Amino acid sequence: MAATPTREVARRVFAREFNDSSYTFKESDDERAPVYVLLPTGERANRVFLVGTLTETEDVGEDSEYWQGRVVDPNGDTFFMYAGQYQPDAASMLRELEPPAYVSVVGKPRTYETDDGEVNVSVRPESISEVDEATRDRWVVETAERTLDRIQTFADAEESTEMDEYVQMANEEYDLPVENYRRSVVGALESLEEQQRTAPEGSAE
Amino acid sequence: MTGLHTPAEEIHEQFSDQLDVTVDEIEERLDTLVNEYKVPLSEARRSVVNTYLDEAGMDREQLSGGGGNEEVDNADIDAPEEWVDVTAKVVDLWDATADAVAQVGLLGDETGTIKFTKWSKSDLPELEEGKVYSLRNVVTDEYQGRFSVKLNRTTTIEELDEEIEVGDDAVEVEGALVDIQSGSGLIKRCPEEDCTRVLQNGRCNEHGEVEGEFDLRIKGVLDDGEEVTEVIFNEEATEELTDITLGQAKEMAMDALDTTVVADEMRQTVLGRYYRVEGPTLGRYVLANELERLDEPVDAEAMLIKARSI
Repeated sequence: MAATPTREVARRVFAREFNDSSYTFKESDDERAPVYVLLPTGERANRVFLVGTLTETEDVGEDSEYWQGRVVDPNGDTFFMYAGQYQPDAASMLRELEPPAYVSVVGKPRTYETDDGEVNVSVRPESISEVDEATRDRWVVETAERTLDRIQTFADAEESTEMDEYVQMANEEYDLPVENYRRSVVGALESLEEQQRTAPEGSAE
Repeated sequence: MTGLHTPAEEIHEQFSDQLDVTVDEIEERLDTLVNEYKVPLSEARRSVVNTYLDEAGMDREQLSGGGGNEEVDNADIDAPEEWVDVTAKVVDLWDATADAVAQVGLLGDETGTIKFTKWSKSDLPELEEGKVYSLRNVVTDEYQGRFSVKLNRTTTIEELDEEIEVGDDAVEVEGALVDIQSGSGLIKRCPEEDCTRVLQNGRCNEHGEVEGEFDLRIKGVLDDGEEVTEVIFNEEATEELTDITLGQAKEMAMDALDTTVVADEMRQTVLGRYYRVEGPTLGRYVLANELERLDEPVDAEAMLIKARSI
């Protein structure tokens, strides 16, 4: 065992899959053990890194500031994020940024059950930065690759006798075809290609 | 009867010239310690060896056969307080800062380099830079995630007539910079000779309250979605990364009457972007000797073909 606790990796996931990740769990009974959401492609996530278009910010707090940000991926699916007094840096970024803008966000997945029993998944940002299009594009391709890797593991596991722990968990907890997420990957990459084809004419260079 | 026969045989071999003991007797002693007193085998072994050393009136260094230490590569040293043997070349000797230290420097083998310390009271022969030695019975140590070996009075040093190609333990990592840790930005270091400790509230852990010297540093985290790597950027690398020089950083801090504004500004410019860094590993850190911002256009086509084919 390492003396310092290992830092949780930031998963790459498109908004559609992220918003479907409503099942949460811990790996130990320790009160301070990290909470994971289960991605439907069969991976646990305690942190995410995402880059997209910030389309809207709004202070939804009642007594004190509580900022909501909407960040949209190339499929048009939305990540919701909430930052209040305990995330002062992220909250001030949401207060100051002028949408639309490309932003990269590091944060923790949070789930919230509504009165009618729906589970909403959102991001509690650790940091938000304004970035350029190249960074966004790199994230799209990287997230496509990581998602395809998970889909591949998921498919391989179904054919083998020894099923990956989190793939098995996803099978038990969700009834969501992973094909949906392959389509998200294709959609995001097609949108990127489309944009890259049309961009040179519109650019000033 | 148990897994104690082999260690018993090894101990027997070490004392067979000096003492009239049987393997069975040794095994019985080990068995009592391990199975009755639940002592770990390594500890039991030490205790039994010490008993026989006393009986034979021997010193530990007179033991034959290396005492069962493992011969390890520098890169494989990853735990403190292990007794190991290494074969390495002295690639660097530094000035010893304390009287208790006879020699301090860097040992290299094919897998990389590791710091060594030789205590004055151990009374060992001088190591020469550029020469290759077989060092038996050294103890591993750890300080802030960084490993080293200590030579002690039981260590045997044998100069070898061979050459070692010292390995380059540089690694390349790519990923998004997802965090900048505390202790980054404009920091102060202890000005005492050869002490470069970072001051905490104007105090050095070793030298107490001192007038610190300013330096720039970033301790960052690169994350590629599968692994995280902690990276240290020194003054030069920090300037390249952030476009902020030490002089500018001092001015910023002076204007704001606060050094933390520097790290805040740096966070704004580097967090959430992709980088590739290259450099040697130091404990759990990679030292960024080379760095590159990854902002060239990416190719979506190959990934799209893959996505469609699954």
